[in-house]
Amino acid sequence: MSPGRHIAIVAAVALAVAAIPAQGATIQISMENLEISPAEASAKVGDIIEWINRDVLAHTATARNGDFDVTMPPKKTVRLVLKKAGSVEYYCRYHPNMKATLKIEP
Amino acid sequence: MFFRCSAAVAVIAVLTSPALAQGAKPTDPQIAHVAYTAGVIDINAAKQALNKSSNKEVKQFAQDMVRDHEAVNKQALDLVNKLKVTPEDNDTSRTLSKQASDKLAEFEKLKGAEFDKAYVANEVAYHKSVNGALETQLIPSANNSELKNLLQTGLKIFQGHQQHAEHVAADLK
Repeated sequence: MSPGRHIAIVAAVALAVAAIPAQGATIQISMENLEISPAEASAKVGDIIEWINRDVLAHTATARNGDFDVTMPPKKTVRLVLKKAGSVEYYCRYHPNMKATLKIEP
Repeated sequence: MFFRCSAAVAVIAVLTSPALAQGAKPTDPQIAHVAYTAGVIDINAAKQALNKSSNKEVKQFAQDMVRDHEAVNKQALDLVNKLKVTPEDNDTSRTLSKQASDKLAEFEKLKGAEFDKAYVANEVAYHKSVNGALETQLIPSANNSELKNLLQTGLKIFQGHQQHAEHVAADLK
């Protein structure tokens, strides 16, 4: 097998894997008393993040790089399917002292 | 700058006024009243901003203030009802209210960008002083643990508001 063909096969397999809709894991992150917990979470593309807002206040999970901006009404849970890899810092727009990081692997 | 300083000095002066400083620490019913009053003041200021401002960021901030302070005050009311405590009017609450209505009257005369700047600068100063009072006086003086918890949550919320206000203030420059 020539190196060129090998690379082509690897690329084709990688594409095929990427195209399969992944049944991702669900990762829960809570917002309670203005704290995001865990403040550092790891996930993979295709996983679902479930932000659980336990406060009586509305919060947001707003990515600093603009990848997502989710609003959680008081006492509600909001889900987001991760589509893009990267280490994303996010915060609450209403309470910018609430900060966390989400490490999203491909 | 004038607004920021005058407001900050005024609120610090009130919160360290003889009403609280003289002799005894404030009682829980007094603390509850001061905290609730401080929330109402900020809601009224925000409502004025919603009426007068046409700056999107300022209006958004004001909406956030109404929503959060109403939520916190509702919790405070639920708690005082549960504890069967009657919030007690006191000199600090009265002075805060008087100063707030003076500010509303003063800001009512301003327009456009002038109003926006004055409102946001005052929000920075106001939250800073209230947070200072919470940290150094109200939280340490609170006896009931649920009241103390609520004040601690309030402090975190208002620290967030202060940062938010500082951010808006920087954008207005």
